[in-house]
Amino acid sequence: MSAASTPPATGWASPLRRGMLLFAAMFVIVVAVGIIQGTASILLILTQATAFALIALGLNIQWGYGGLFNFAIMGFLMVGGASTVFLSYPVNMAFWQSEGPMMLGRALAAFLVGVALVVLARRVDRIGITGKWRTAIIALAWFAGYVIYRTQIDPAAAYIESTAGFVGGLGLHPVLGWLFGGLVSAVIAFYIGKISLGLRTDYLAIATIGISEILRALIKNMDWLTRGTMTVSPMPWPTPLPQQLQATGMSIPDSFMYARLMFLGIAVLFLVVAFILVQRAYGGPWGRMMRAIRDNHISAGSMGKDVTGRQLELFIFGSILMGIGGAILATFTQIFDPSGYQPINHTFMIWVMVIVGGAGNNWGVVLGAFLIYIVWVISDPLAQLIFLNLSQLTSAIGWGAIPEIDSRALQMRVFVLGVVITIALRYAPKGLIPEVVRRG
Amino acid sequence: MDELIFFINRVLISGTVLGSIYALGAIGVTLIFGILRFAHFAHGDMMTMGAFIAFVLATAMAAMGIILPLPMAFVVMPVAMVLTAFIALGIDKGFYAPLRARGAKPVTLLIASIGVTLMIQGLIRLIFGSGTQSIFVAGESKDIFRLDMSWAGGSRPINITEPQLIMFVVTALIVVALHFFLTRSRLGKAMRAMADNADLAQVSGINTALVVRVTWVIAGSLACVAGTMLALDVALMPDLAFNIVLPIFAAAIVGGLGHAYGAIVGGFLIAFAETLAVFNWTAVLRPLNAILPEGMALPANLALVPTEYKLTVAFVILVITLLVRPTGIFKGASS
Repeated sequence: MSAASTPPATGWASPLRRGMLLFAAMFVIVVAVGIIQGTASILLILTQATAFALIALGLNIQWGYGGLFNFAIMGFLMVGGASTVFLSYPVNMAFWQSEGPMMLGRALAAFLVGVALVVLARRVDRIGITGKWRTAIIALAWFAGYVIYRTQIDPAAAYIESTAGFVGGLGLHPVLGWLFGGLVSAVIAFYIGKISLGLRTDYLAIATIGISEILRALIKNMDWLTRGTMTVSPMPWPTPLPQQLQATGMSIPDSFMYARLMFLGIAVLFLVVAFILVQRAYGGPWGRMMRAIRDNHISAGSMGKDVTGRQLELFIFGSILMGIGGAILATFTQIFDPSGYQPINHTFMIWVMVIVGGAGNNWGVVLGAFLIYIVWVISDPLAQLIFLNLSQLTSAIGWGAIPEIDSRALQMRVFVLGVVITIALRYAPKGLIPEVVRRG
Repeated sequence: MDELIFFINRVLISGTVLGSIYALGAIGVTLIFGILRFAHFAHGDMMTMGAFIAFVLATAMAAMGIILPLPMAFVVMPVAMVLTAFIALGIDKGFYAPLRARGAKPVTLLIASIGVTLMIQGLIRLIFGSGTQSIFVAGESKDIFRLDMSWAGGSRPINITEPQLIMFVVTALIVVALHFFLTRSRLGKAMRAMADNADLAQVSGINTALVVRVTWVIAGSLACVAGTMLALDVALMPDLAFNIVLPIFAAAIVGGLGHAYGAIVGGFLIAFAETLAVFNWTAVLRPLNAILPEGMALPANLALVPTEYKLTVAFVILVITLLVRPTGIFKGASS
């Protein structure tokens, strides 16, 4: 069954042949969807699929290379989106000319006071307070720091929301915003990793899901920073928008095609660079060490490898790609909507991509990302078509038409995703293009 | 006195309601983890499914013109429990048993359970649409009992709804029944033995296949109770329990995965932590304003956490528990 046990694999068992066949099949699907839905539409799908491929590569670093169970993907996508809003959205003068920056400064100071309190409380053992008393003092310091911060941030937030709406952006280039999204994700990943990487599989999954929900609650409700449920739009594009192309006299269909083509170009550039780096890292000594840790962390640890430190590295590298991918998605749709992020679309779907594609194999993961995203997108119109035909049948035999076909068809996506994941786990647990394990 | 009544209404009653639901859900999660060693993510959607089965049965009964003094969904619950248990067994046979037979890792089973989650959710939305439904199908109204407190000097009554009252009684009965099952019956003892040490249990001649089936039956029927109760208390919607599956996991973990009693304790702990965190303390402490000096008056809102962050409390407790005591209050199992 596995390619590893029979080294001179041929035909379907050869990873190269298999990969080329599958990529060719995907190319045919893309062309078919392009012919049916139009060029502008397939470009839209491809651009988003490229961003998802970047995110899936990030998960592949964490899960495929290191066996880390990260279910906080949605959180990183939101962080990437929010960071790019902060950097690339036009400057909001109403905020900068108000009392807002001053009040935020005070809130930051209060935050630092809180941090200092906690740090000091952690070191009370130096003056002889240990054990339960130390724990109690640390808890008290956390509480005091929280109260101090709340007394400053609450009025600041209320003031900014009532006068300037929200902080606004810095008006920088969107590509800088993407990189910033990656950077912020890295910082947050460092802390999440520090907190939770000591946990094992199932526990790590549940902890990261919890952290991702905390991040969502924060981003959704920090109206002063992210505008919360009121959403930020329109986000600027790194390339000319269709409207700008139309202003130069281009026809409307052409303008959408060229604008999306240019955006797709930049996104693919990011993907290719990330892919080359990730692939090289996998083949090199660093990748070998990571696989050694993944396959047997106890023996790797006894060989002198810093298991937790290396896993933190993986966690941060993967999260950078997720942050950048999330930033690209938010920029492309031109809207940052915290309520639009759902674990189903933004965490589980990416897991399906990696598992179906083949965890540990970058080619497989990219294939999986494109394939699953296309299945996700076309399962809605396909289900609609089926339902419309069924509806005609049921009304013909007197049962009446199917109500609410549109919304029901949309739900088929979720069902299809569930079917794909269970089938894949049962019949191809190693994915479409499995990881190539070289022995000897 | 009014302050106390406010506290009872807002904290004691709603905390107990939430706690009952978390506890019923967490018992299922914890039993499955104890016996099968994986985090069954689809448990929340099994709850939703149970509620929808009760909804369909209640609709059918109402269509036959049967009107009873109790909410119809509650009356048909035993049948719904049996059906949900059967579906749970079917899900195990169809999706998890083949993976177990192949010796898949717990992680694979967790991902498979996410697949099951998506399928159940997709099907529910496909059949019932994604809107909110009322589970009071026969047009029954949700009775509200108002306990007059004027004898104690209160001007407002203690409010409790009929579904909430039913829920307290049912949860208490189930907890007692479960206790006797686990401590007195052969099967219950076998379950505890297997949760403790699966290999040892198998060697000492316990029928593990039967224990696995019983686990799914108990988890499925309890999920149905929790889902139906939640739907009676709030409203019936496709993401009814998906939204609270994480607090349920938090409850199970805080209590120590694998421990049924831990799950009950964890459920109530998380529920009361949530309710107390968003409770506006000013409402209770207002009489202090008379004693406090001028300029020290209490602010209008003295809630520890803004209401929007209510669910976050559960996650924060979860993360802290995982860090400080990774196996929970009662020492839990590990995968």
